[in-house]
Amino acid sequence: MHLDVALLSRIQFALTIMFHYIFPPLTIGLGGLLVSLERKFLRTGDRQYEIAAKFWTKIFAIVFAVGVATGITMEFQFGTNWATYSRYVGDVFGAALAAEGIFAFFLESGFLAVLVFGWDKVSRKMHFFASCMVALGAIFSSIWIVVANSWQQTPAGFHIVNGRAEITDFWVMVFNPSSIHRLVHVWIGAYTVGGFFVMSVAAYYLLRNRHVEFARKSFLSALTIATLASLAAVVSGDLQGRNVARTQPAKLAAMEGHFKTDGPTPLYLYGFPDEQEQRVKGGIAIPGMLSLTVHGNMQQPVAGLDKIPRQDWPPVAVTFHTFHWMVMLGVLFIALTLLASFCRWRGTLFTKRWLLWAFVWIVPLPFIANQLGWIAAEVGRQPWVVYGLLRTSDAVSKSVVSGQVLGSIIMFTGIYSLLFAVFLFILNSKIQHGPEEVTEAPDHTAGADLLKIAGQRSGTGGRSLAEGVQ
Amino acid sequence: MDLNTIWFILLGVLLTGYAILDGFDLGVGILHLAVKKDEDRRVLMNAIGPLWDGNEVWLVTFGGALFAAFPHAYATTFSGFYTAFMALLFALIFRAVSMEFRSKHESPAWRKFWDVSFFAASGLATLLFGVALGNAMCGMPIGADMEFQGGLLDLLHPYALLVGLFVVATFAMHGSIYLYLKTEGELQQRIHGWMWKTFGIFLVFYLFATIYALVDVPLATRNLRQYPWAWVMVVLNMLAIANIPRAIHQNRPGYAFLSSCATIAALTFLFGEALFPEMIHSTLNPAWSLTIYNAASSPKTLQIMLVIALLGMPFVLAYTAVIYWVFRGKVQLGKFSY
Repeated sequence: MHLDVALLSRIQFALTIMFHYIFPPLTIGLGGLLVSLERKFLRTGDRQYEIAAKFWTKIFAIVFAVGVATGITMEFQFGTNWATYSRYVGDVFGAALAAEGIFAFFLESGFLAVLVFGWDKVSRKMHFFASCMVALGAIFSSIWIVVANSWQQTPAGFHIVNGRAEITDFWVMVFNPSSIHRLVHVWIGAYTVGGFFVMSVAAYYLLRNRHVEFARKSFLSALTIATLASLAAVVSGDLQGRNVARTQPAKLAAMEGHFKTDGPTPLYLYGFPDEQEQRVKGGIAIPGMLSLTVHGNMQQPVAGLDKIPRQDWPPVAVTFHTFHWMVMLGVLFIALTLLASFCRWRGTLFTKRWLLWAFVWIVPLPFIANQLGWIAAEVGRQPWVVYGLLRTSDAVSKSVVSGQVLGSIIMFTGIYSLLFAVFLFILNSKIQHGPEEVTEAPDHTAGADLLKIAGQRSGTGGRSLAEGVQ
Repeated sequence: MDLNTIWFILLGVLLTGYAILDGFDLGVGILHLAVKKDEDRRVLMNAIGPLWDGNEVWLVTFGGALFAAFPHAYATTFSGFYTAFMALLFALIFRAVSMEFRSKHESPAWRKFWDVSFFAASGLATLLFGVALGNAMCGMPIGADMEFQGGLLDLLHPYALLVGLFVVATFAMHGSIYLYLKTEGELQQRIHGWMWKTFGIFLVFYLFATIYALVDVPLATRNLRQYPWAWVMVVLNMLAIANIPRAIHQNRPGYAFLSSCATIAALTFLFGEALFPEMIHSTLNPAWSLTIYNAASSPKTLQIMLVIALLGMPFVLAYTAVIYWVFRGKVQLGKFSY
């Protein structure tokens, strides 16, 4: 394999976007959590919620910072590595990106300041408002970027003038055939990540018998979200599958390892697709099942890769495996969250230590599932960067040489490894430190309560009395 | 006025907003190592703590708007300056995480590492912005296919390097005046001295850069002949600069800061005015230059984007005002500070 600018740029884009995408789903997921915690605090005045919100805000701030820092890379890279692509799509894609800047980034970063630094500078209501705005900003951001990416998958609302795409209808571009399906799936993925992340931290506290009240509250709200999100992924995935069959048949065929269009199409639960021999080896399949999910009957064949010219095939094995592993992880999430919900209903959830340990350690998997889904979506679009219009190999910068890209890949690998190590170190120290302990002190502390707090405080470390009353 | 000109002006507004706002927090980064005590360094960082992230969004939005409105200008510069942009990314990433990570752990070695990285990243980012502006003023080797034909060494033009240092000096001065406004007591007294020193350095670079431009950078003056009214801005720029030491001397730092903002706005205006209607001047053949017409998106897109901008900008200005209002006054180190 020759290391040309196109291949190196693809490696760099994959590396930087995958690292970046660790953070945004967590920001979206945690953003929702912060809003719900602060709302409960406003309604009930229960300080437990305020303490929980403060703790998760600290985690949110670190995640957000790394997300922003690595996000700028993405915006620059369209121009640095994919200049020909930028010239081709700027008229369409640029508008979505600019809308993201104006509508989402300013909202998020402005109100993040109030969220993180504003606890004692603004009223509770204003703080709640700020958390709503930050969460909304994260959602706006996901809307515009998924719209832009979906346009690359299923271009609409444009025409080609002088060899580049120009908008004809903005709303048709925004609501192109895959936007809504993909956006919903991205949000579901984000809430799954957020839910499992919170459950992991909370389960750890429960097992260590620390911050128990806080951990129970956090775990149960997160469990509800993660259960609903895991189940919703099935519905959204099914709708999306049918949509992909209509709009990107080559991608669907590659995801399912479906080579020959004849008779009822089976659905492979797993297997090893072989592009040379054009069949799936060692596969386990449900006969007629793909026909059923796509067409609603078990007879009608689904278009296979034999309907697609060979040079337009995506890499089948990568698309197949990433897609199948994502699905299998999704099934695991459903099994685990349903089991935990069942135990919760029986009232035995917090006594099952093995289940809590499972939730502590399973947290990388939802992140991986998100990544796998994106790999399947992006690799499945190949060899096109804009489906059916512009080939990835034609999209790279002409004035860049491979040595430059190799250099920047080395730079990004170095920085991102360092960043990730530091991020985990700080995240771990925040989690080890935990939320502030609750003192049962309302705002107007009576003398007797003060003494009680003083007693509690002396037992819980060297913080001053004044701080306890605050 | 046509849509292309409007978008050129709007990009100018975004660039000016960025230079004024991120200018002072980059300046604070450049001055960061001048104080030694941990508490003082925390005061410096917290002076910009809640604001720097929002300030940087002006750059991100500038990039997005350039991509959308003038895709060829975006593609040509970003791919042509590949290595410079990678260095800029390196700096911006380190700057962001230095601030976020520094306070999260108390060991002196840890803090020292992030302090040095915060300073170096702020300095490098500022220098690169300046070098980019300088290169734009000199023109670049652009071919008939709109592609950059040169190499990295073409970007190290002496005038571009001089502008790079000039921008570092400008932001350092801008940052020191800002810090004077946000600090009190003994630290503020020391920063008073910094304002004079950085102003002196700024003035020297300003004079050198101006003389160099008048003598050897034809692009810098060609439009002044064509649009004589632009001389008003030259004069305003000089008045704003002269007003900085006057306001510092009269002990009116807020006024000095406004003058410094006006100086930056006037300089950005003169930069845009010198380029107009080109975006990137080709040194190989002027006919190959990227202009606001041949580099632009379709009128339809420019129109849609104008609607987006008109809807969005009032919100942006409102949030910015709210955030600056909430975090007004002197820096107080508290539980939630960096």
